[in-house]
Amino acid sequence: MHEMSIALSIVETLDAKAREEGAGRISGIDLVIGKLAGIEPESLRFCFSAAAKGTLAEEALLAIEEPEGLGECGECGITFPVSFYYAECPECRSLRVKIVSGEEFVIQSITIEDQEGE
Amino acid sequence: MCDTCGCASEGGAVLRKPGLNDYHVHISESGHNHEHTHEHGHHHQGRSRTLVLEQDVLHKNNLLAERNRGYFEARNIFVLNLLSSPGSGKTSLLEKIIPALQQHIPVAVIEGDQQTTNDAERMQALGVPVIQINTGSGCHLDALMINSAVKELELHDNSLLCIENVGNLVCPAMFDLGEALKVVIISVTEGDDKPLKYPNMFHEADLCILNKMDLLPYVDFDANKCRENAMRVNHHLEWFEVSAKTGEGVDAWQDWIKNKLKQH
Ligand SMILES: Nc1nc2c(ncn2[C@@H]2O[C@H](COP(=O)(O)OP(=O)(O)OP(=O)(O)O)[C@@H](O)[C@H]2O)c(=O)[nH]1
Ligand SMILES: [Mg+2]
Ligand SMILES: [Zn+2]
Ligand SMILES: [Zn+2]
Ligand SMILES: [Zn+2]
Ligand SMILES: [Zn+2]
Repeated sequence: MHEMSIALSIVETLDAKAREEGAGRISGIDLVIGKLAGIEPESLRFCFSAAAKGTLAEEALLAIEEPEGLGECGECGITFPVSFYYAECPECRSLRVKIVSGEEFVIQSITIEDQEGE
Repeated sequence: MCDTCGCASEGGAVLRKPGLNDYHVHISESGHNHEHTHEHGHHHQGRSRTLVLEQDVLHKNNLLAERNRGYFEARNIFVLNLLSSPGSGKTSLLEKIIPALQQHIPVAVIEGDQQTTNDAERMQALGVPVIQINTGSGCHLDALMINSAVKELELHDNSLLCIENVGNLVCPAMFDLGEALKVVIISVTEGDDKPLKYPNMFHEADLCILNKMDLLPYVDFDANKCRENAMRVNHHLEWFEVSAKTGEGVDAWQDWIKNKLKQH
């Protein structure tokens, strides 16, 4: 399950980041996962709770934004929403479609809480 | 604990060499501290604050992959990353093309599997330098594994390096290793809708090899439909139909590689 290794790497990166900042825990994580990124958000959530056990991210709330895919036709040049890589241009039926967005997979921000008693 | 050396290593990927039972290297990140984040400001709001990171989740892998790519380019090493479902014929195809390619250029191989050195042994039998990466529970190779493996492999300048990824059509597509080209392999015993079911992999690939063509008469597989499906996902995809068993079509692919080597 590839969401597991992704979840582990996110947790590892953010745990290190939060420690560097002297935080006591991470309370929120904002992710952007484009609809074409090849990541199943629900599966990632599931893996995340397992991956975060015993780290500063254990109680973090995961907010996931899922931007739609956008394709650009290589023949007629129009831009249109796509939900698959094998999109067809709605105007001219061309299959020469370039994906211009929807592939992003980004940690947008995290919210950290200071250590108790500071 | 590692059962070969008894060290404290838990899980994680290990490098092995066929025939050398004691040889193994644990891949760790120590000494790889080039991670950085792009911070656009701290908002101190009492005890809780938000850090804007805008960091690509695969940023670390991508950076290391670019370092690998720079190293390969500097030494003029042409690198192919072979990807497929388990059993589509990655190792068999390498067994077929390497003896002929070796006549022209030094070849080396990195094998990725969760367990065993079986595939590395098959490569060693061809007389090429080979290293096995056992990923354990990991289902793909990443740039750090390749970076470590390359240090254990004596690569020649002006050579060809073939990387056989772990059999899996999903996440190996997301992990850049620093290769020049991604080669996706499917076989006629799979479904001809595979490119539609695993679009990310076919979208990322530079060429697609349809293997086991010798079995075509016995299976319900439409090669043209499969090709059309693949082209819908990626209209730049190069396409070859071969049989690693009979050798049918293998020459055309070999010539294509030789051409790429010349241009490289
Ligand atoms: N009939 C036929 N069988 C093939 C062909 N190519 C490979 N095979 C058989 O398919 C099986 C798997 O081949 P491998 O080359 O080991 O496949 P692989 O992709 O390396 O497999 P993993 O490394 O386990 O993912 C073996 O039994 C091969 O003999 C082919 O062109 N025709
Ligand atoms: Mg193999
Ligand atoms: Zn169009
Ligand atoms: Zn060990
Ligand atoms: Zn950066
Ligand atoms: Zn994986």
